[in-house]
Amino acid sequence: MTRRRPLTRWLIALLILHGVIACAGFFAPYDPLEQDRQRPYLPPMRIHVVDKQGHFHFRPFFYAVHLREGSFDQFEEEANTTVPMRFFVRGPRYHLLGLLPCSLHLFGAENGRINLLGSDAYGRDQLSRILYGGQVSLLAGLLGAGLTLLLGSLVGTTAGYCGGWRDEFLMRVAELFLALPWLYLLFALRAFLPLAVSPLEAFLLVVVVTGTVGWARPARLVRGVVLSVKERDFVRAARGFGASNVYLLRRHILPETTSVLSTQAAILVPQFVLAEMTLSFLGLGVPEPVPSWGNLLANLQQYSVLVSYWWMYLPALTIVPFFLAYLGLANALQEYAEPYKIEGRSDDSPT
Amino acid sequence: MRAAKAILPFRRFGLTLLLSCFAFSAQSAAGFPPQANSREELLTLPGEIGRPGGRLVVSLRAEPKTLNPLTAADTPSREVIGAMQADLVHINRATQLTEPALAKSWKISPDGLQYTLTLRKGLRFSDGQPLDADDVLFTFRVYLDESVHAPQRDLLIVGGKPITVRKLDAWTVVFQLAKTYGVGERLFDGMAILPRHLLEKTYQDGKLGQFWTLSTPPNQWAGLGPFRLKEYVPGQRLILERNPYYWKSDAKGNRLPYLDELVFLFVSSADAQVLRFQSGETDIISRLGAENFSVLLREQRGYTMTDVGPGLEYNFLFFNLNDLRNKSSPEMEHKQKWFHEVKFRQAVSAAIDREAIVRLVYQGRGAALWGPVTPGNRRWVNPSISRPSRSLERARWLLKEAGFSWMNGPNGESELLDSDGKLVEFSILTSSSNADRTKMATLVQDDLKQLGMHVQVVPLELRSLIDRVTQTKEYDACVLGIASFDADPNSDINVWLSSGGMHLWNPSQAHPATAWETEIDNLMEEQLAAPSYEQRKKRYDRVQQILAENQPMIFLASPDILVGAKNVIGNFHPAVLEPYALWNVEQLYFRNGPEKSAR
Repeated sequence: MTRRRPLTRWLIALLILHGVIACAGFFAPYDPLEQDRQRPYLPPMRIHVVDKQGHFHFRPFFYAVHLREGSFDQFEEEANTTVPMRFFVRGPRYHLLGLLPCSLHLFGAENGRINLLGSDAYGRDQLSRILYGGQVSLLAGLLGAGLTLLLGSLVGTTAGYCGGWRDEFLMRVAELFLALPWLYLLFALRAFLPLAVSPLEAFLLVVVVTGTVGWARPARLVRGVVLSVKERDFVRAARGFGASNVYLLRRHILPETTSVLSTQAAILVPQFVLAEMTLSFLGLGVPEPVPSWGNLLANLQQYSVLVSYWWMYLPALTIVPFFLAYLGLANALQEYAEPYKIEGRSDDSPT
Repeated sequence: MRAAKAILPFRRFGLTLLLSCFAFSAQSAAGFPPQANSREELLTLPGEIGRPGGRLVVSLRAEPKTLNPLTAADTPSREVIGAMQADLVHINRATQLTEPALAKSWKISPDGLQYTLTLRKGLRFSDGQPLDADDVLFTFRVYLDESVHAPQRDLLIVGGKPITVRKLDAWTVVFQLAKTYGVGERLFDGMAILPRHLLEKTYQDGKLGQFWTLSTPPNQWAGLGPFRLKEYVPGQRLILERNPYYWKSDAKGNRLPYLDELVFLFVSSADAQVLRFQSGETDIISRLGAENFSVLLREQRGYTMTDVGPGLEYNFLFFNLNDLRNKSSPEMEHKQKWFHEVKFRQAVSAAIDREAIVRLVYQGRGAALWGPVTPGNRRWVNPSISRPSRSLERARWLLKEAGFSWMNGPNGESELLDSDGKLVEFSILTSSSNADRTKMATLVQDDLKQLGMHVQVVPLELRSLIDRVTQTKEYDACVLGIASFDADPNSDINVWLSSGGMHLWNPSQAHPATAWETEIDNLMEEQLAAPSYEQRKKRYDRVQQILAENQPMIFLASPDILVGAKNVIGNFHPAVLEPYALWNVEQLYFRNGPEKSAR
């Protein structure tokens, strides 16, 4: 039972992280598209518990900020206007999990805006954008990985189980897919599509494209497992007793691939999140003003942003706990599935 | 009777003639080129007396495509050629007025049809060959030759007929026009005078278009500008050296230019140019965006940044008003019904927060626009055009007048419907390489969302964007900018004439599509022939008025011209006209002498 513990730990961590992103509307204080043109590039606002007179406050508060006269991005705190932080406040409307109309937010303020992680070029709240952006990026990653695994296991099982020319053909196609320069093909593909695609269409495009690109590697892994399993004695025996192909696959062969597939899933999801970020970074993903992690990072392409506004890097930091949890999960899964292999690992590194 | 004499506007520059004693001693020590000999009629420039020597390094956004003024169309080529060639009459980029250049004086006949230009005597091309009237005749013969396809040709056709040129004597040339030409002597600005002795044979062979590329050996190249070709390293730099025969001198009689070398580095991205300037690799930086300008401003070390004020660039939003009958989808036809409605365009204009565009896109270093003429163009701007601030109420009222209505959408926001109950949604194209315009479009998108319009911003590579706008005409709306090269209204005549290729909302029309376009056509033709500035101004003011009323282009904002230069560079007086920083390159010098500037 001891080796189960890291697995559950990572799973719980991932569940919490995804829960926060899924309920972005609740955790984000503002609408991610709402511009506040009086505060472009506002640095993260400072939380205070002790005011300028030295009095301690139980309720954390902020000082209101305003643009310094004649400047574009220099802000000053107003010492006499405090903005107390309130919890469970009513704010802009949103749909919880995309379904439930709701307007309750974890925190907010009644007399002014608080930008915990600062604001972007249009004065949009960076924290809200990171949370909402996660919805796009993570969903794209999960759906893309799901699609890839589906295609991969389909092709891999067919190739491994049928063998012969089908196996040859599918594996050559897989090699071709591995060799193609995908980024450039994507650019070409984008040129054929209609000019203005809605955010939803763009999102689906990203999912389909990333999903169909990556199937070759899992397909080869699944094929390997299927090839070895179908020669095992219990499979031969079942066939000898007259089991049909479908029964064999369902009952004996496919269950053997689950450990490979689940490990692959844990490795692929962060990869696909990264793929979405790359595409959005290059302008092929979800269009402005809808946030995604790649979109948020695209601002860093400008040198002036790079050297002036450090809080624009924060979306890059956000992905770290996610990737860490996914990779931890992948390790734990591997350990769980093949403990003897890990313990006695010398030179065969499992993929 | 209008006669301009070759009097230099000495006092127009508010410059003091700085004269330090060590500058004197350095001159003799550095072996300054000989003083002008008496037979040469040099042009004397006011300004600080500089120190000779040194090498000035600037960066170019791209490699120039050619060194041939007959084929140059791109900005880098024009900028380089500007430092290597000279014209008969030149527009002073600081005063925006004409000044004598290769022609020391000119006379315009009372009927305005005959221009008599007198050349300076004793001038030489950069290879030492003398200049005379035959070179001028040759130059204009080439420009007017249809088979050469020179871009200058269009400017030399007046009243449908090409200008004829003849020579009176070796120093006097007469230009005969078929019709009066409002531009007057400004016509000659930018018309580089070519060396007949080098080009005549190539011209007769019909190969002039392919001549004078970047790979031309320096000895086959000659010009009348302050610098001449020295070396070209593909992908890296173009080195120009001082033209020892240049025909300008400073107030002390020293022959210009001061600099020994002018180096153009090819640095493709704006950010990389900033880094090069920050590290001291380049001496002058121009064409800066506001963000990079403030980055440089924050840590000024040994250089000074200057905000010259609004330039001539105007950015605008326009809708597809092309006649697409039978050629487009029913959806497009529907959209065009809105776009053709003047109240719709006025409503869009009223809803746009121009002040926010200036503040967020240009960080306050720009000017909001309600017409195509920017505040930087003091001579031609129509001050009486109304500049209403943003008003959503007015926009809603205009839309209601035009039959639009609102309904509540699924998320509680109101959505705009047209008279047929169709949702108002369209896309705005912007150039993906221009972050400023993409930002403008994003702000416009948010402004229009408040009217209930669904707008999408589509960044597109510039070339395919231009192709869509002028060729295939498959677009809804577009944000673009035009940077006029001269303050005169004629420089943009192609934009305003309905037959013009740059008449972006509906280019190259056979007949003007609307009454107001007809009126603009007539006014532009009239101002072209009107003899005086006042008469031209009156007509151009009316053109600006018509544009403001009909909003074929919804003018947004104009950026300031932002430049920077090392503190050691003397005579640095950036202007709002191109080339912003290098227009007086012959007068630029290093205050600390050539030893320190050598790298």
